Amino acid sequence: MKQLELHNLKVSYGGRTVLQVERAFFQQGRFYGVVGPSGSGKSTLLRILNLLERPLSGRLNFFGTEIDLAHLTYKKGIPIQRQMGYVAQKPAMFQTSVYDNVALGLRYRGVDKKTIRRLVMEALEQVELAHLADQRADTLSGGEAQRIALARALVCEPTLLLLDEPTASLDPYNITIFERVVQTFHREKQTTILMVTHNLPQARRLAQTCLFVFQGEIVETAETDTFFNRPASPMLQDFVMGRMIC
Amino acid sequence: MTADVTEVILLSLKVTTASVLIGVLIGVPLGALLGLSSFPGKQLLVAVIFTLMGLPPVLVGVIVYLLLSRYGPLGSLDLLFTPEAMIIAQVVLVTPILAGLSLTAVHAKERSYWETAKSLGATPFQLMLTILREARGGIWAGVATAYGRAISEVGAVMLVGGNIEHHTRVMTTAIILETRTGNFSAGLQLGLVLMAISFLFNSFLMLGMLKQMKTGRRYSS
Amino acid sequence: MKRLFAFPLAILLISSLFIAACSLSNRTVDAKPQADAEAQENATPQEITLATTTSTQDSGLLDYLLPVFEEKTGIKVKVVAVGTGQAIKLGEDGNADVLLVHSRAAEDEFVEKGYGINAHDVMYNQFLIVGPAADPAGIRQTSSATEAFKQIADKQAAFISRGDDSGTDKKEKSIWKEAGITPEGSWYISAGQGMGETLRMADEKQAYTLTDEATFLSSKLNLEVLVQGDKTLFNPYGIIQVKSSRKQEEGLKLIQFFTGEEGQKLIGEFGKETYGKGLFVPDARAR
Repeated sequence: MKQLELHNLKVSYGGRTVLQVERAFFQQGRFYGVVGPSGSGKSTLLRILNLLERPLSGRLNFFGTEIDLAHLTYKKGIPIQRQMGYVAQKPAMFQTSVYDNVALGLRYRGVDKKTIRRLVMEALEQVELAHLADQRADTLSGGEAQRIALARALVCEPTLLLLDEPTASLDPYNITIFERVVQTFHREKQTTILMVTHNLPQARRLAQTCLFVFQGEIVETAETDTFFNRPASPMLQDFVMGRMIC
Repeated sequence: MTADVTEVILLSLKVTTASVLIGVLIGVPLGALLGLSSFPGKQLLVAVIFTLMGLPPVLVGVIVYLLLSRYGPLGSLDLLFTPEAMIIAQVVLVTPILAGLSLTAVHAKERSYWETAKSLGATPFQLMLTILREARGGIWAGVATAYGRAISEVGAVMLVGGNIEHHTRVMTTAIILETRTGNFSAGLQLGLVLMAISFLFNSFLMLGMLKQMKTGRRYSS
Repeated sequence: MKRLFAFPLAILLISSLFIAACSLSNRTVDAKPQADAEAQENATPQEITLATTTSTQDSGLLDYLLPVFEEKTGIKVKVVAVGTGQAIKLGEDGNADVLLVHSRAAEDEFVEKGYGINAHDVMYNQFLIVGPAADPAGIRQTSSATEAFKQIADKQAAFISRGDDSGTDKKEKSIWKEAGITPEGSWYISAGQGMGETLRMADEKQAYTLTDEATFLSSKLNLEVLVQGDKTLFNPYGIIQVKSSRKQEEGLKLIQFFTGEEGQKLIGEFGKETYGKGLFVPDARAR
């Protein structure tokens, strides 16, 4: 079974080390929840994986392809980039129609018009926003925008899906739709998913394995059940119990 | 001294449109590239562009004149006192403006747009196009500014064009001539036409910017 | 909402400019009579106004001559330099006391109509036909200006015209007329600029042009004098006293100075130091 492997990752901002991972493995097709206090480096981990930032050092084995993250050029990274999908906490909507936003990734990949039409409308229906296809994307409400961002990422059928607190500012209705779509996608496509969340019940609902990131390090990794019910490290215990002061 | 007014207006439009078009082809990608990338010496290049934005037009005229003069390095091209020379001078004038304002427009677009495009798998070229499209409001502002500057410019085009009847006489140089010969009303009439055209382009600018302002992002969750 | 604002604003601006245009289209000269008349009333009795052309003023002759006159007579001379047409008009309106211009037909008309008295020839300067040393139209041997122009038109050699209705431009047009030619074609370049710029253009294009001597001598060019001396190229100046002037005595004194021995001598000497030859030929004569 192919894996996603991280080795010797070190990320620094202005002399301060924000993330340090000696070794980390992610199994293909598994749903990972990433939790931890604010500022612990969770988002950084996702951004590094999504090649949005360059670490000081780090090697990534992307399901068989070796990459030196510290010296990867934009161009060289594109094939890997195109196998990933990313949904930010506050996604950027381009000043064009919802349809165009969702179609963007496919257009970058040179997919033909007919296929784009089919895939985009399918994705929009999945997130229950097909009726908004022609609306300007920058006039959407928060919940709608998030769902569109999800559709936009999923329509390219990524092997690795990265979600950075995607439902943090959504109401329960939108959260439900969002989670349902993600779960369906995971089940049908066997995508590897890394989801950063502060919503611990959500992590329990969706993730198979959870990671606890604390002060720039992955302190504990365990299957969800064990993670929440029998946390090994005292820090995780505090965190899970809501006792962690940060 | 009432020259063929239509001829003069058309030449103004031709010269300015050609110059702005060329300026856009050079300046906008340049500005976008600078707005998006970082490399050693970038700060210096940006500073140079912003300085060039403030180039006095008449100085550009003198420099181009000296280059194209028969006693200058490019004299053999025989370009002095032709519409082509005027276009050259205006291209030198508007390209920094277009580069600088495109740079600013692209830069103003938050990093998240850049990152979203990248995470969707854009090639560097696709990325630039996407960001340019996002920043189109600011870029249109740049084009309107450049057009206004070029069409009302008089010093450089007078020097390198020569105000030759039927050949290099544009609205601005014609106004100078009419005024010199005492035909103030003719000069003012031409001036009004010039203003009307400037107004036209600035309304494009206004409409473009209004559109931008109207559709801000509303996250009304 | 802002869109609605723009158009009324635009219309307001444009209409205000129209109003300005209409009021300005009456020459600014007409707006001055009131002011000038009053000024003359209140001016010190020892001050007169001399209306002349820009090229006369630009030659520097007046800056050279007038201080001598002022010292001698104690009369201050205020010089107003405008186009020939405008100078004559100043005389007609009584806004000048003396005219010094170089447009014989207009001068004669001025006197005939009763506006001017005591008209005198005072001096003349020359126009030159200059061009490239290579002289493609072969006019160097010609002594006649009209002949030279004919040859230039024949060979379609590049010729730069002032094209701005100035004195020089009018002279050029009159030569074409005498040669019976209407100059047109890509060889005839109407520049619409001053003498200096026109000469520069001729230099750049190595073309022919008509120029006054003073401007030519003071420019560094790769052009040669090819035709001069033809009577047609003479540019005679006339000095006329304005009949309606209130400064009859002072005006007459100025004319006497210009046409008298001392003035004539100074006129002949002007320019010798700088250019090696005098720019004007003294030629005083009563008319």
